[in-house]
Amino acid sequence: MEFSYNWDWSVLFCTVQDVKIGCVAPYFYWIVEGFGWTIAVASAAWVIAFSWGSIIGILRTLEDPIWLRIPVVKSPVNFNTSAIEADNGVVLINIAWFLHGFATIYVTIFRNIPLLVQMFLWYFVLPEVLSKEAGMWLKRELPLPEYWTSVVCLGLYTASRVGEAVRAGINSITQGQHYAAMAVGLTRVQVYRYVLLPVAYRIIVPPLTSDFLGIFKNSSLALTIGVLELTAMTRQIDEYSYQTFESFTAATVLYILVTAIVMFVMRIVEGRVSIPGMISLGAK
Amino acid sequence: MLKKLGLLIVAAVAFGTVQPVEAGESRVLKRIQERGVVNMGHRESSVPFAYIDKDGKPIGYSMDICNMYVDKIRDTLKMPDLKVKLVPVTSQTRIALMANGTIDMECGSTTNNLTRQKQVSYLAVTFITGTKIASKKGSGIMEIEDLNGKTIGLSQGTTNEKAIKRVAEEKGIKIKIIPVKDHPQGWLALETGRADAYASDDVLLYGLISKSKNPAQFQVTGRFLSYDPYGIMVPQDDSIYQRLGNELLADMMRTGEMQKLYDKWFNPGPTGINMPISSTLKTAFEIQALPH
Repeated sequence: MEFSYNWDWSVLFCTVQDVKIGCVAPYFYWIVEGFGWTIAVASAAWVIAFSWGSIIGILRTLEDPIWLRIPVVKSPVNFNTSAIEADNGVVLINIAWFLHGFATIYVTIFRNIPLLVQMFLWYFVLPEVLSKEAGMWLKRELPLPEYWTSVVCLGLYTASRVGEAVRAGINSITQGQHYAAMAVGLTRVQVYRYVLLPVAYRIIVPPLTSDFLGIFKNSSLALTIGVLELTAMTRQIDEYSYQTFESFTAATVLYILVTAIVMFVMRIVEGRVSIPGMISLGAK
Repeated sequence: MLKKLGLLIVAAVAFGTVQPVEAGESRVLKRIQERGVVNMGHRESSVPFAYIDKDGKPIGYSMDICNMYVDKIRDTLKMPDLKVKLVPVTSQTRIALMANGTIDMECGSTTNNLTRQKQVSYLAVTFITGTKIASKKGSGIMEIEDLNGKTIGLSQGTTNEKAIKRVAEEKGIKIKIIPVKDHPQGWLALETGRADAYASDDVLLYGLISKSKNPAQFQVTGRFLSYDPYGIMVPQDDSIYQRLGNELLADMMRTGEMQKLYDKWFNPGPTGINMPISSTLKTAFEIQALPH
């Protein structure tokens, strides 16, 4: 197929506004700025994704009940379910059941709604369902509304994926270790803190790397709510200069560059923290 | 007598070979002839230039022009069964699809400017518009100067964005800009109060108002902040193919058919856009009605 296109790579490096050389705006700075926003959105969202995702993942592994005792003077009935028990004037509520349920619902919702739709819901729908003052605050008072909306949205979405990785990591540890830890008298928090989590996090380095790479690529969806990140800037350069292939090549190279760095760093981390005989790095 | 006959034969041969020669020298016509299909790139939400009607087919002012262009190609190539393949394009894909030879024309609402002419060519100007500001009635926004300290939604990468930023800088007006992805989102930002105003080509703003839930609530005000002449986009470096389209448009402008087509879509038009022809566009039609 024929290809009639005038290549002009210089457009990527134009720094001064000069119509004569086809530089309607300093495109080079646009790319740098867009790249900066991509990094800013992805890294801030990762902080949310990692911390909140860890909590969600842990909650999803709560199997044993944690009973909250509420003494009631007069118990109307006696019943016994996995969530609530009523027994001779004492009501017992299983907090673990509710937390586990909450985390499961969270993962189901956030993992199954397309990210593009989530962006739209956070940015356009949320301010309308809140009270008028809160909605106006989100729309007008909040500095950089599109940035913070995209960070929260991307962070909460990726948290559901990180949560699943954490859950899988904890579940992959044999029950024996859990029981052994309980047997030496560790509390439940200590079991997680000193036995389960240190092993689980090391096992899940590879899937976490994928999610971390994913957050960089998914950050491009922030352009739909007006964050001028790398892809948005690329499109803008394309619209201004009509040098489509040059601008998208620049974006491609930058995305590959940043993901390659992430992969390289995570490889080193993986090598440092791996538990001999437990992780697949040996298969490289 | 023999001499005359000879001349006749020469003339006949010459006449008969005129068309293939024309197609042969034109890259685009040649490929259309080989494919037996014209690939018509079109926009899907540029009301009323090229948009999808209730039956899911693209219709509009630009679509009508493109269909006549195809008829002209049909006559020129003497291919009555020449087919049309519709290829939906967006502002992101149109240039790539034209460069790699997928589409033979782009029918929508594309501004013809000199930067873009480095990559593509355009047929004669068929519509003239410019950047204006839409806002809610009673907001007190009449001109761009009234936007000092207020927020405006701007579609990323449009000529409107460029125009507003330039004027704001020249006049030292401080406007908070909310970049939006496309017209529907820009309009949503205005409707929900996220932005005080939305700037776009005035004809598109009237189109958005006519389709909004409460058209009486909005207004389009101010002077033109940019000059945006629209044209049908065609592949570059093919003057034979381009001339064919311009011949069609010149004929239509000369006979007044162009004015009729304009009235069909804009005055008042199927979407109720209600924009009588401007004196500028009328003059443009007169100037571009080149004689044979």
